[in-house]
Formats: sequence, C-alpha cells, structure tokens
Amino acid sequence: MNTVVAPETSLARVRSQVLDAAGIADHDLERALGALMRGTVDNADLYFQVSRQESWTLEDGIVKEGAHSIEQGVGVRAMAGEKTGFAYSDELLVPALLQASAAASAIVRQGQQGRVQAWEPRAGHRLYAPIDPLPTLTDDDKVALLQRIDSEVRALDPRVKQVVASLAAAHEVVLVCASDGAMAADVRPLVRFNISVIVEQGDKREQGYAGGGGRFGYEYFTPAQVLEYGREAVRQAVVNLDAVPAPSGEMVVVLGPGWPGVLLHEAIGHGLEGDFNRKGTSAFTGRIGERVASDLCTVVDDGTLPNRRGSLNVDDEGTPTRNTVLIENGILRGYLQDKMNARLMGTESTGNGRRQSFAHTPMPRMTNTYMLAGPHHPDEIIASVKKGVYARNFGGGQVDITSGKFVFSATEAYRIENGKLGAPIRDATLVGDGPTVLNRVSMVGNDLALDTGIGVCGKEGQSVPVGVGQPTLRIDGLTIGGTGGGDE
Amino acid sequence: MSTRTALSLQNGAATLQDKVNDVLRLAQQLGASQAEANANFGTGFSVNVRLREVETLSHQRDQGLSITVWLGHRKGSASTSDLRPEAIEESVRKACALARYGAEDPASGLADVDRLAKSIPELSLYHPWAIDPAAAIDLATTCEAAALDFDPRVTNSEGASVSTSESLRVYGNSHGFRGSYPESDHSISCSVVAAEDGAMETDYEYAVARAAADLPSPAEIGAEAGRRTVARLGGTKLETCTAPVLFPARVARGLIGHLLSAISGGALYRKSSFLVDALGKPVFASRVTIDEQPHLLKALASAPFDNEGVATSERRLVDAGVLGGYLLGSYYARKLGMQSTGNSGGAHNLVVHSTGETFADLLKTMHRGLVIADLMGSGVNPVTGDYSRGASGFWVENGQIQHPVTEITIAGNLKDMFLGIQGIGTDVDRRGAVLTGSILLEQMAIGGS
Repeated sequence: MNTVVAPETSLARVRSQVLDAAGIADHDLERALGALMRGTVDNADLYFQVSRQESWTLEDGIVKEGAHSIEQGVGVRAMAGEKTGFAYSDELLVPALLQASAAASAIVRQGQQGRVQAWEPRAGHRLYAPIDPLPTLTDDDKVALLQRIDSEVRALDPRVKQVVASLAAAHEVVLVCASDGAMAADVRPLVRFNISVIVEQGDKREQGYAGGGGRFGYEYFTPAQVLEYGREAVRQAVVNLDAVPAPSGEMVVVLGPGWPGVLLHEAIGHGLEGDFNRKGTSAFTGRIGERVASDLCTVVDDGTLPNRRGSLNVDDEGTPTRNTVLIENGILRGYLQDKMNARLMGTESTGNGRRQSFAHTPMPRMTNTYMLAGPHHPDEIIASVKKGVYARNFGGGQVDITSGKFVFSATEAYRIENGKLGAPIRDATLVGDGPTVLNRVSMVGNDLALDTGIGVCGKEGQSVPVGVGQPTLRIDGLTIGGTGGGDE
Repeated sequence: MSTRTALSLQNGAATLQDKVNDVLRLAQQLGASQAEANANFGTGFSVNVRLREVETLSHQRDQGLSITVWLGHRKGSASTSDLRPEAIEESVRKACALARYGAEDPASGLADVDRLAKSIPELSLYHPWAIDPAAAIDLATTCEAAALDFDPRVTNSEGASVSTSESLRVYGNSHGFRGSYPESDHSISCSVVAAEDGAMETDYEYAVARAAADLPSPAEIGAEAGRRTVARLGGTKLETCTAPVLFPARVARGLIGHLLSAISGGALYRKSSFLVDALGKPVFASRVTIDEQPHLLKALASAPFDNEGVATSERRLVDAGVLGGYLLGSYYARKLGMQSTGNSGGAHNLVVHSTGETFADLLKTMHRGLVIADLMGSGVNPVTGDYSRGASGFWVENGQIQHPVTEITIAGNLKDMFLGIQGIGTDVDRRGAVLTGSILLEQMAIGGS
C-alpha cells in the first residue's frame, strides 16, 4: 500500500489509460485547444475523466443491492475576460472533442486561431496511492463486512430495531491539459462507510448515524474501525431517546471538536471563495487585513493532508493544492482561488479550482477547512459556562454568502447548567452571522480534530467531497431555535 | 435550430430503444430471470448574463443507461454514461455479478404485470423552444436589466439565466413493457444584490415551464427579483416569541414536501417517519385536501408511467385532513403488504386545495405574526417530525407587513404544524411537484435575540 508512483509515471499511465484508449493523440489535443483559443480568449482547458463507482447496501440484515456505475467524458472550456464558454461530451472520441471545442469557443467572436503553450507536466503531491479501491477487497468480503456489523450493532443494544449500512468506493482518473501549458493527471481513490440505526423505547423512536472514509483502499475499514462507527450510531440514537425540547433565543454555545467545524465551512469558508469576492457579492468582500475573528482564531484550508477526503494531489485545473491561511489570529488573510478568478483579481490560483465532473465548470471550492488548536482544555471550556448549550454533533449547514447569515443543525446537544452537562436536547438549528460570529469566540480548545471523512459540499448544483475540523470552541452568543422557550 | 434538435431526439428514441432491447436480451442470455433498463438522452444549453455582459454559455448533452437484473429474487444494478456496446455489456455483466452477491428477498423484482401502463397518455410535455444562444442572451439581458433598474439600491448581480433542454426517456423490462416519451423544460431566472447602510441582501425570482410560451416575460421576472431583494434590506432580529407563521406559496411547497418524505414507502418500512401507521387517520387540519394528479397537461411533475412502468393515476391523498394513501413503488409496497401506487421515483403533481383566501386575506387572518421569505438549513428530523430551521422574513402587525426580520429560527413539530393549518391561499405556485398556495400555521416558536 505504500507503493506511491512518481507523478510522471502516473501521468504517463493516465494518458495511456484515458487518451490512447480513445484514440486521442497529442495533435488532437492541440487542435482542440487551438480551436478554443480564438480571438480574445485568455485561457482554455480540456478535462478528461474516467470513473468507476460501486456501492453495497445492507438492510434487514441482508445485502439488498449492489450497484456499479461508469462515468466518463471530456469537458471543454474557453475563458475570455469574465466570459466562459463551456461544452462537454460523454463520448471520448476525437470528433466529439472537436465539436465540443467549437461550441465552447462560440462565447467569443471568431478570430485568429490562438497559440497554445508547449505542455509541461505539472507534478502534484503524493497524498494517496494511485490505486483503484474497488478490487481492494473481494466482493465476498464486502458482503461479510456489512453482515458482521449488522449483527454486532444489534448485539450492542436490544433497542436497535433497524440497521442500514453501506459500503462505497470510487476510482476517479482525471487528466487536465490547458492552453497555459499545464498538463497534470490524478488518480483519486475514495472509500466510504455509512451506518444508520433506529432505536425504539416504548413509543419513542430515534435515529443515529455515523460513518467515515477517505482516499484509501477498503483495507481502511478494519473490523475495529467499522465497529466504532456502529457504536457511535447507537450511542447517538440512544442519547436522543431522553432528549428534551431545546431552548430558543440567544445564548452561550460550546461546539465540540471535529465535524462541528461545519460552522467554519459555512460561516467563513464559502464567503472567502474567490468568485463571490471578485463579483463583490460576499459579506467578506474587500475585508482582507481586517479583524473578522477573535485573536484566538486561525483558520486554514488545507488540500494537502494525506489520505483525507477533501485532499487532492492537483485540483481540477491541474494546480497543486496548498495549505492556505484564511484567518490568522483573527485577521482575514486570504481567499480561495481558481485560475479564472485569480487572473481577474490579479493573484494566483490557490489550487482550489474544483468541479463535480467533466460535465460541470470549475469554481473555487474548499478542500479541508479547519481551525488550529488553542490553549484551553475542553473540560475547562464547559466548566466556564453558567448557562448554555453544548453541541457535540451536527447534521448539515447552509449559508447566504451575501448577507453572511448561516445556519447549522445540531443532532446531538446538551444543556449546560453551572459548568456541567445537563439533559440532552432535541434537534435544534443554530443561526448566526458569518462576519461577526468568530469575534465572539472566547475560548479555543487544545483538542483539534478533523471529521471522520463524511463531508459533501454543494454549491450551484455541484457536489464535491470536503473535510472540516476544529477544536472545542466557546461562542458567547448564538441564536438557537428550539421549542422549549426562552430562558428567563 | 429546433428542427435539428427535434430530429436528434427522434433519432435518439430509436437508438435508445435499441440499447434497451440489447440490455434485456443480454441479461436474459446471462441467466437473469428478470431485467429492466432505463435510458435517457438530453440536450440543451444555458446562458448567464451578469451586469449586462454575457458571462457563460454552457452546452449540455447527457446520456445514460441504468440497468437492474434479478437472479430469482436477488438484485444487482449498474449504470453507465458510456453507451458503446462494450461498456453496455460490461455493465450488464457487472449487474449480474453483483446480483449473485445479493441475498434472496421475495419482495424484490419487477412491478407486477397487471400494474404496468397499458397505454401512454399524451400529456403535452414536449415543446421544443426555437431559440439560439444569441436570442437567449437578449432575453437574459432584458431580464437582468429589469432587476438592476428596479431600484437604485440594487447595486450588484449574480446575473440572469435562460436555459432550455429537451430530453427523452425510454423504459423497458422483461415483462415486455416498452415506454418512451419526450419532455422539454425551459427556464428564466434572475438573482441580484441590494445594498443599504453597508449591509447586503440577495434574492431571486425564476420561472420554469414545459413550453416557452407559458413563461412570464423576462422583464416581469427581473422586476420581481429586484422587488424581492430590496424588500429584504434593513432586516432586524426579533425578540424570542411564539406567533402564527405564514409560509408564502413558494416556501409552502417545501412544507408539503416533508409530507412526501414521511409517506414514502422506504421511510415507512424503515420506520424512519413521523407518520408510521398514520393511514386513515387525521394528520392535517380538516380543511386540508390534497390530490395527486399525474396527468395534468404541461405540468412539471406529470408522467404517464413511473420508474417501473407502473401506470400513474389520479387519486385523493389527503381527504379533509385524513391520510388516504402512501407513495409506494413495488418493492416497499410488497414489504408493507400493499400495492404499488405508481410512485417509484416520487410524487406526480400534488395539488393542495385552496381554502379560498387570497394572500392578503391570510395576512388579515394572521393579524400579528411572521411571513417567511426564506428558510435555511436541513433541521428536520424525519423520525420524530421535530422541525427547526433558520429563517428570514417580515413581521406583521394588524394584518399588514411592517418590517423585514433576519437571523431568526422557527421551530415546531411537523405533526402539530400540519394539524395547525389555518388556511391555504389561492396564490398557487406551479413551479414544482407540489402545487399549493400560501399556508398559514397557527403558531410556531420563533428564536431571536
């Protein structure tokens, strides 16, 4: 598993797998890019993708369904100033490639055919092995893994009435060549395990959920790892059996480590994406150098963490990913850029140009977004709160980039009374204002954790895998939306 | 332009039929006892104009094939966007291989023969739009201009878009069923930004229709986007309180959407629904009646048959508050000891009957409370019905809108919310699978400062 192939070897292998197989030669790429580089076009690129995915789902103690999918094609893009022409084809054939190029270049008036720079292979990182994860476990063993966790979870607690577990893997091979000379390939394995349980006690019913994964083969899911997910799903469901209505109104909120970092993703991350800031539609527009958080807060977007779900060796424009500082000791430092927005803002790409597939255009997107650890022990943080809420786990979140208002939904939370955890509270949404919420961070834990590898980020209809993380945080005022009334 | 695309769709129909037949033949050769295939092909384009300049022109051409096979009652599935014979063969073989690992499940299989559609009604879903990108850019420019010019406080824009698409779907199964129909979807949308006192707000308006002639004018859509955006400026937080809440039609569609998830076969069978065992019981206030009308001409969620070839038909889903049926495909219908309702793939036009009041009437009835502009987040627990979401909107006193409010939450339980419906407006929003007017709820918990 440690056989990491050199990037050049990887590029050669991908070229043969994607292009040779389709009968596409170098001169065809040059012709396609040449057709795109007409008139005032600044930049053009071709994005080839071949991917295979599978999923196995268990319900009622049996594997009910296995599914397999093939997705492949080429996306073709021409950019002139702020204009983008885009077309794609799910046929990897020379005529389809040239037809797509002609369609995409219609964004500019016809002009002289442009010049394409000679390609130089761009070396990316080696953050994960360039493997196909699908055959890293036999199909018999995949089925056995699901059946074993089903019986283990049911044995954990007699109140477990339903278990749905799934195992999935994707093998994505991408090749980018651009008119600026960038040529890069990436082989991206991704595996994922999910489990959800329903527990019943009397007439009460609750759901619990857990899962994880990353850019590995299936061997990542050891029996112990899978059982840990199972225990976590049962624990969450059982906690909520005793939940009381959440309070409503503004109060002190302590957020747990790890996945609650979805706060940063919503409140900060999206608002710092280059496209919104170039257009001036983000609540963070023009605020570089200003204080947007308390000085305890340093937030980064890091696409270079080995094997993480949100990591990439190169982004979908062929730029190596980076560790970008977004907020340093409370001061806003940087935006997340793709090539087009970087060019228009007079800066360089931060390796955040991502796309869902060949059939979608790249945009600035997050990779793994997290806050660095601070000085406080998590127990000390909870003990500091006289009356408030401790939110340990979350569902999803959402943000309005322009107004800066964001929400996220707690799925496991507790009252804090006089520095001690009290009763669990029912699902509640928390709402806040992105540009001001981090100014209210008064304590930051020394327990930085990243999520287990479950994040999916949606933007303008495109989904990409991401990671989040944070240490325990104390926020001195966030509005919580329960039915249990305001505190006197 | 239109003749060319229409022709390619027609050619597509014949080609897709052949691919479906190939799949079914191959599956049989490989020993499958049952098989089905769904093939689709679509083309179209979209343009976006921002600050009066073209921003993107994007061409779309999609194709795909999904295959399910059964070996006895063991099921395997595969899908591919590569429709070359070798990729199709690989996919069928893969589906058969996966089925070998599945467990025997007597409920698993094709829909029962007697439920399959025997005729395919013409639902007027295909109206190609004879428009080229240059003309679409002109429409988008007009639309955005109406928004930018609506008010001086409209200072920025995410742009206006015009898109058109045509698609064709072919479904076939080893019971001998073959069904196919073309569809079209056209849309115009606009999103702008307004600023005042250093704060920005954004909102949008859109229209979508099967036929371009049924779209409102681009200028109307743009002006409405401008009006909605400016109205949100100057929002303040509310004091935490309990009050009636009015969901305007576009937001009310989502409220009824929670009913659809709760009465779908999978959720009921897994008991991950707050409406388990609710059939025949009152789940709404008695003034609420909801029909499913799959054959409404030109409607966005109309379909002659569902994803398994089962005939769709009109029915009453909620009668004077009492739940009269579920949304079932064959598998979960068998699991629940019931019959498919033709809902494999979802609901087909849920029509919520109005109680006769206009939006202004509902405001008067509410007297004092909250009108929702926008909801955020996914804070709905499907198992318990607990509901808690971020919101922005308008505060109402004496039946009149007073001022915008923002950064608040609304919370309740869907069971109580459904039973507490006070009125359903005549202002029906037809832009999705749920067709409803504005809905007034008796009361919810509002979280603010």
